Amino acid sequence: MSAVTFNEGSLKDIMNHPDTVPAASAPAKPRPTPFFQTERGQAWLESAGNFFRATLPPVIGLVLFVLLWQIVSSSGGDQGLPGPAKTWESAKELFADPFYDNGPNDKGIGWNILHSLYRVGAGFGLAALIGIPLGFMIGRFRFLAGMTAPIISLLRPVSPLAWLPIGLYVFKETEPASLWVIFISSIWPIILNTAAGVSRVPQDYLNVARVLNLSEWKIFTRILFPSVLPHLMTGIRLSMGVAWLVIVAAEMLTGGTGLGFWVWDEWNNLNVEHILIAIFIVGIVGLILEQALVLVAKRFNYE
Amino acid sequence: MHNYLHIENAKMVFDTKKGKFTALTDINLTVKQGEFIALIGHSGCGKSTLLNLVAGLTTPTDGILLLSEREISGPGPERAVVFQNHSLLPWLTCFGNVYLAVERVFGAKEGKAKLKERTQAALELVGLAHAMHKHPNEISGGMKQRVGIARALAMEPKVLLLDEPFGALDALTRAGLQDELMRIVQETHATTLMVTHDVDEAVLLSDRIVMMTNGPAATIGEILEVDLPRPRDRLKLAENPQYHHLRGQVLEFLYQKHMKKAA
Repeated sequence: MSAVTFNEGSLKDIMNHPDTVPAASAPAKPRPTPFFQTERGQAWLESAGNFFRATLPPVIGLVLFVLLWQIVSSSGGDQGLPGPAKTWESAKELFADPFYDNGPNDKGIGWNILHSLYRVGAGFGLAALIGIPLGFMIGRFRFLAGMTAPIISLLRPVSPLAWLPIGLYVFKETEPASLWVIFISSIWPIILNTAAGVSRVPQDYLNVARVLNLSEWKIFTRILFPSVLPHLMTGIRLSMGVAWLVIVAAEMLTGGTGLGFWVWDEWNNLNVEHILIAIFIVGIVGLILEQALVLVAKRFNYE
Repeated sequence: MHNYLHIENAKMVFDTKKGKFTALTDINLTVKQGEFIALIGHSGCGKSTLLNLVAGLTTPTDGILLLSEREISGPGPERAVVFQNHSLLPWLTCFGNVYLAVERVFGAKEGKAKLKERTQAALELVGLAHAMHKHPNEISGGMKQRVGIARALAMEPKVLLLDEPFGALDALTRAGLQDELMRIVQETHATTLMVTHDVDEAVLLSDRIVMMTNGPAATIGEILEVDLPRPRDRLKLAENPQYHHLRGQVLEFLYQKHMKKAA
């Protein structure tokens, strides 16, 4: 539908016009095409563009965050929060020797992180050990689900730290008490997600099991367990998140070692830089745990 | 060829939230060994329910189902089912899916090597030897359905139950699989019950077509004998007047005598 129409004659005129076809008369030296016009160059440009589109927003966000932090800290004068630069210097010093040990109340940051991780691992591991089988049973037997439903709904919303005195009373020691708090607060997401996963195993898969007349053990290993696994991984991720949230608070109260204890200790020393560093450490370790579990969960996604 | 599968006065009533729902009533059917039966009817007429009764996945409210003079009391591997939506386990490879069935049926008497051989043979039968180690999400819908068929056949069932096995496939893939199914059934002499809503498929494949009335309380309306010679060739049948006559009879049943009211 072009408004311009050519007839053969006018087209020939254009083709033969000296301005339009200079190459025919004097062949120019063959020049290599510029890199960014070749196919590889275009692909490179595109991937570079994608890279910047993905990384630019987070980088800008972080820079603004640090700026805001600087403004807040410098507006407070001498009594204000330590600024980013001061905190950074303090962190470098702190991480120069993370594993020193000067007796029970003065250990390197590395030890404190490891102690917190150990507590989370132990408390959470115990929760998984008990919560996963329990979740399977609750999902499989309706009677058991009915029995446990009121107990779970009653206990689940209880604030984790409310369990600490019970732990201290029963175990008479702080170490098992803090494990107990982690255990009791991280078990609910595991139980609930596992149970939900079991009750949502597609009827089609169970029909396959019935037609094949599989044994209970085969049903569990070949159908129930793989089918529940994605739900289970969600439960584990939520639990791990809760456990990591709770550990700092629990260690503040129980003392001794760990990130929570360290935060409280540095508060008593009025070392605010270290408190800020602790917040970053808690955040970064939590992020790493979460991402590791996301990676594991991806492995078990079949759809 | 004696009476093999025997259904007498079967009735199926479901308990729903709105009260009792009679899906099937007065079902009487006798199937000979090696016979290919198509169950046809409008959607919701209970043809899948009837198939599930034979599979033993549901038990009838009333009536009796006998397989070689024994009552069907539950599902079992001698009645293999090819499900409508293939129902492959996504965490197992094609090989793993078939092997699970083979292991269950023959695992007690045969060694691992023999079981693997059987699995391989079943996948070769449906032309999938090359995709053996792929997972179901890596293959097409037609291939998945073929794995489903391989799984059923590998069990060497006495009765093969197919629930609209080709319903979700495109016409070309469907035709290819119908030809394969015809060839396989000819080779294995399996007694076959197939639910379908495709008139051409029913006439092409079956020895008898069981036409069902509309639900609720659906029952068998007419049974049509398909006396076309075997082996059948879909291209030659297109010019066969008997084929068109049979096709016309099924269409007449479905669209004149038992037209489904628009919902």
